[in-house]
Amino acid sequence: MAIHIDPDKCNGCGLCIPACPFGLIEVVADKAQVGEGCTLCGAYQEACEYDAIIIEVEEKAAPSDRFRGVWVFAEQRDGQLKSAAYELLAKGRELANTLGTELCAVCFGHDVAGLEELIHYGADKVYLADDPVFADCQEDLYAGRLASLISEHEPEILLAPATSLGRSFIPRVAAILETGLTADCTALEIDEKSRLLLQTRPTFGGNIMATITCQTRRPQMATVRPHVFRKGVPDEKRRGEIIRVDFDREAVTSRTKLLHFVADLSERVKLEDADVIVAGGRGLGEAENFQLLAELADVLGAALASSRPPVDDGWIPYPHQIGQTGKTVCPKLYIACGISGAAQHLAGMQTSDVIVAINEDANAPIFEVATYGIVGDLFQVVPLLTGKLRDARL
Amino acid sequence: MNVVVCIKQVPGTTEVEIDPKTNTLIREGVKSILNPFDVYALEEGVRIKEQHGGKVTAISMGPPQAEEALREAIAAGADEAILLSDGAFAGSDTLATSFVLAKACTKIADYDLIICGRQTIDGDTGQVGPELAENLGIPFVAYVSKIEEIKDGRMRVRRMIEEGYEVIEMSLPGVITVVKEINVPRLPSLRGMAKARSAQIPIWTAQGLGVPMEKVGLLGSPTRVIGIFRPQRTRRGELLQGSLEQQVEELVDKLRQAKTV
Ligand SMILES: Cc1cc2nc3c(=O)[nH]c(=O)nc-3n(C[C@H](O)[C@H](O)[C@H](O)COP(=O)(O)OP(=O)(O)OC[C@H]3O[C@@H](n4cnc5c(N)ncnc54)[C@H](O)[C@@H]3O)c2cc1C
Ligand SMILES: Nc1ncnc2c1ncn2[C@@H]1O[C@H](COP(=O)(O)O)[C@@H](O)[C@H]1O
Repeated sequence: MAIHIDPDKCNGCGLCIPACPFGLIEVVADKAQVGEGCTLCGAYQEACEYDAIIIEVEEKAAPSDRFRGVWVFAEQRDGQLKSAAYELLAKGRELANTLGTELCAVCFGHDVAGLEELIHYGADKVYLADDPVFADCQEDLYAGRLASLISEHEPEILLAPATSLGRSFIPRVAAILETGLTADCTALEIDEKSRLLLQTRPTFGGNIMATITCQTRRPQMATVRPHVFRKGVPDEKRRGEIIRVDFDREAVTSRTKLLHFVADLSERVKLEDADVIVAGGRGLGEAENFQLLAELADVLGAALASSRPPVDDGWIPYPHQIGQTGKTVCPKLYIACGISGAAQHLAGMQTSDVIVAINEDANAPIFEVATYGIVGDLFQVVPLLTGKLRDARL
Repeated sequence: MNVVVCIKQVPGTTEVEIDPKTNTLIREGVKSILNPFDVYALEEGVRIKEQHGGKVTAISMGPPQAEEALREAIAAGADEAILLSDGAFAGSDTLATSFVLAKACTKIADYDLIICGRQTIDGDTGQVGPELAENLGIPFVAYVSKIEEIKDGRMRVRRMIEEGYEVIEMSLPGVITVVKEINVPRLPSLRGMAKARSAQIPIWTAQGLGVPMEKVGLLGSPTRVIGIFRPQRTRRGELLQGSLEQQVEELVDKLRQAKTV
């Protein structure tokens, strides 16, 4: 595979320069040159009016038409399906409709409750491997079983949640199948002409979005950031099939073993499930001042969260951190106090329904995503707000 | 315990800009650093060596200048460093990268543990570690926040998950990825820095590793980046006006109308 520029045709006009998404083209001595790092995406080939850009792509076998169907990995914990499963079904249904194909859910676990709900939320089929050894998320076993199911049924797309489980074992499935995997997607779309899945995800800590495709191998696999897509409305009349698949326990042994699990009790309200979140940043100044936010959170029945600096400084434990290296949340209301709004923080909260920002710097980027902003000292604004809300309650 | 630590050189900032006129990444003046999460991986490798003996080998796949990152690794306590570099590796996605790293580990042969960072700050995928484990056919645990015990070819670790942490036992050799909670990396010592300056860093190429061309670089990479853009901030809401009391009052009214409180 290579790229050539025909020196007879190229006149150094530079039309191609802005067309390269990576800024790799230079015009040297009136001829275009492509720098290192070219992905041969072809964007600038179209921009050249002189047909001087030649990309030689060895014709790779196009993926076979055998691969049909959209699959969703429905994660469970303790026999309960996680909300991410329903979010993926909503998106998966949309993709399957566009492609005119079926939507299947895959669930591994033991005595998992409410499997029909996967159908109510959009699945046509549910592949269920039920075994006591699957009760705990045994990744070593999950990876092999999911890969073999995929080889057997050949779906064209597989979506899994970008949870700690999904981001850990789905790459192994991709490696077994030697196919592409896009991590932590926040937007998914079908290119109807090519049937390709356009997978968009944040990179560089959320400062840049990249759209990625997997052209020649199947399935196209993506992990999807939780709380980005909305769960749909269940239709209890929807019919579908629950298909039990076997799991040959004798054939494999897990090389990792879960000894025990320790729940994190430091959160009063689970952040991911909270309707209202009050979050504080470096602007709080010191640990004690989280008390101010705790009072506001109390009045609102809200969960308490934080940007990274308070976590780094030990004002609040890590499970409260929102952002790229913390949690992603999507509450009805997110109140950001003394948070500047760095891309890494926004990555974890910008899909919230209503965002309120309180910051003394009118130019803080948080105001770019805020529904309502108050420019002012949080030490004045927060107590006022807490008081007003408390009065309103009475 | 022989530990291999996988490190990557990344741009020193994530605040990269897209030139609004040409829609391309502005790269000038961005200096390269060792991926911050890999610093924890290195430190953990060095601590294991200090406790259990053995050696730490840092490996990195990248362009020739990635050698700087490997020297940093030696300054931080790695005994040896190997650069995996070849024009044919350019454009590798996580699958192809993990394939090259796996080949290098196979060539190193006598490893007990491979440590990766939880993710890079440029790619942000966190996929290279688990894909590497699968390529080598050895066990894997992600998001390790503590190594509790290493004994008799087994290792007990804490692994962070959304709801708390799990204690997991794995057989060795294996691969783990570590989070920053695992340790506080030390500063490089003067001795380490001197050693880093004089260290010989061998370069292993595609041929030396015996990797087929169709498994690496663009050919070996199923995924393609077809476009980049600046995230759109979907809303630009309103800044409330008036005295702070008035603003707070208005806010409460609006939130109540929207039935969010
Ligand atoms: C790889 C990587 C991953 C990261 N992951 C995360 C992540 O997951 N989550 C995260 O949050 N960050 C993350 N960061 C850090 C991020 O880049 C920012 O540094 C961080 O979000 C800033 O936090 P902040 O807004 O609290 O602090 P600052 O940026 O310092 O902002 C403090 C704000 O408070 C305001 N303020 C000060 N005093 C007052 C007052 N009295 N009243 C009102 N306002 C006041 C100031 O005007 C300022 O805007 C990451 C960075 C990197 C490189
Ligand atoms: N080119 C590379 N060379 C060596 N190690 C790498 C490379 N890319 C990724 N890694 C390792 O894999 C981890 C996860 O990277 P990523 O999947 O790119 O987020 C990093 O923290 C490194 O430990």
